[in-house]
Amino acid sequence: MEIKAIGCEPLQLKRVHLENGHTLKVYQQTGGYESLKKALKMSPADIIEEVKKSALRGRGGAGFPTGMKWSFVPKDNPKPKYVVCNADESEPGSFKDRYLMERDPHSMIEGMIIAAWALGSNTGYVYTRGEYKYLIDIMDVALAEAREAGFLGRNVLGSGFDIDIHTHTGAGAYICGEETALLSSLEGFRGHPRMKPPFPAVEGLYASPTIVNNVETFTSVPQIIEMGGETWRSLGTEKSGGTKLWSISGHVKRPGVYELPMGYADMEKFIMEDCGGMLRDDKKLKAVIPGGSSVYIMNAGQILGKNVTLDYEGLVEAGSMLGTGGMMVMDETVDVVDTTKNLTEFYKHESCGWCTPCREGTDWLVKIFTRITSGGGREEDIQLMLDLCDNIEGKSFCPLGDAAAWPIQSAIRQFPDDFKNWIANGASSNGAH
Amino acid sequence: MAGATATSYTDQIVYTDEIADFSPEIIAEMESHLAKYPPERKRSALIPLLMLVQRERGWIDNPGVNFLAHFLDLEVTDVWETATFYSMLNMRPVGRHHIQICKTLSCRIMGEPEITEHICSKLGVHPGETTEDGKFTVSLVECLGSCGTAPMMQIGFDYHEDLTTEKVDQILSSLG
Repeated sequence: MEIKAIGCEPLQLKRVHLENGHTLKVYQQTGGYESLKKALKMSPADIIEEVKKSALRGRGGAGFPTGMKWSFVPKDNPKPKYVVCNADESEPGSFKDRYLMERDPHSMIEGMIIAAWALGSNTGYVYTRGEYKYLIDIMDVALAEAREAGFLGRNVLGSGFDIDIHTHTGAGAYICGEETALLSSLEGFRGHPRMKPPFPAVEGLYASPTIVNNVETFTSVPQIIEMGGETWRSLGTEKSGGTKLWSISGHVKRPGVYELPMGYADMEKFIMEDCGGMLRDDKKLKAVIPGGSSVYIMNAGQILGKNVTLDYEGLVEAGSMLGTGGMMVMDETVDVVDTTKNLTEFYKHESCGWCTPCREGTDWLVKIFTRITSGGGREEDIQLMLDLCDNIEGKSFCPLGDAAAWPIQSAIRQFPDDFKNWIANGASSNGAH
Repeated sequence: MAGATATSYTDQIVYTDEIADFSPEIIAEMESHLAKYPPERKRSALIPLLMLVQRERGWIDNPGVNFLAHFLDLEVTDVWETATFYSMLNMRPVGRHHIQICKTLSCRIMGEPEITEHICSKLGVHPGETTEDGKFTVSLVECLGSCGTAPMMQIGFDYHEDLTTEKVDQILSSLG
């Protein structure tokens, strides 16, 4: 598996290939914690302003502007404030945060400390999916090192600012990547999402103002403080600042984690050249899910020769979304009914059961997919699935419902023949199943 | 409630008031988790402590749940409520080695069906079952974040990636 930067100097990936890059010693030898020293001399308002200028958008999937999110934290609220790192990486196709935590945990920690200073918080938590136990162990060591060196704890570097950060394990639940469900889980409850508003910035953990950001969002913060928000932004585009990690998997020769500048041109070159092209030379590209399983699937015609730029706007224009940047590439041996059934089973399993449209809808969708792939599909099943999706999308309590509907809607739109073949012949069009 | 009728989550649970016993070292480890949260927010430690109970006792059993209810000043039902939500928390005993094969999209298209078939036929079980000697449980699980090194499985907490049937054979034979 490849881990490298293309089209830019490695920023997110600056330390991943260094021997002992995860240690405080190597982190500091390569400029680590210098941004914190700089930030502690800046006012919280100036830090938030730099993050706004950077055009950094949340790297966990929703792409919400980070500086704006931070500015929603009320300054006059007497309650304690919390900074929470969402390290619950569970989006199918996404595996970038894992390598940041494994090989450069101090970047995330430094980003969290700077955020805490900017937001007036004295406590941070890193909510990590339970399966990533080995990463929690690595982060616990890194946190202990940072505490020992005075970057965490009381009176950080003599600034009078107190901050401590703790790891927290999840126990297997995709929904806990949704920030309000994460907070429910962090309080020891079932991972049910909460009504918004109030947003976590106003009422989050323990009903206190809370900022929840993805690992890669936090690792971007020291870079922004170091070079200035405007410079960091200029590495990308006007609206999508900086560089971005892409996880690429499936039928390519060189899957892996790639750092690209936002606005990288173009998607075809990335898949066909940078990632080595199709895994099997005699098989053609059929489909790509560009941003983790929760975005629209694209057919080859939407990508090849279309100069799709890899940023938030470029992928929307091309008919999908950037999401987490978890790109799954499929060649012509794949049957899209089968792959969409696979993802629908995922959403059914991960639906938290809180609201009816998502809980019941995903269950019925799996039943219909199973009927189709058992050879009993009916012509009206396609419309039935679209109707069910319509009753989930925008009508469920949290975005998991939308995420369950979009793959199906787009699969039917972009790959109608795969569905028609199953229904007409009771079999896949290409022998796959 | 002993002898409760078999239902999905609780089919092998014999209800008891027994409270699990843990060594002072384990209690100290539990206290270190508790210290991360505000004193009035003990429940925050529930999931980390459930993972710890499972590590020590193999699964989330009734005495373990009773212990946590006492330890965190919760009702027993509060503990069950949370515990039954999370897929890593085993509501029934599992084998000494819990093989969890990722079945989600990237693994699926990169050879998961062959890996699953190979493991199940080798061990003589279906997904969800435990071998008769209690050594292995095989489960199919959702995405474990190893899509670039698919297909993959997790045994206990260890990631095994870029699997082939030969590699699976080596891994399984290395386990005691």
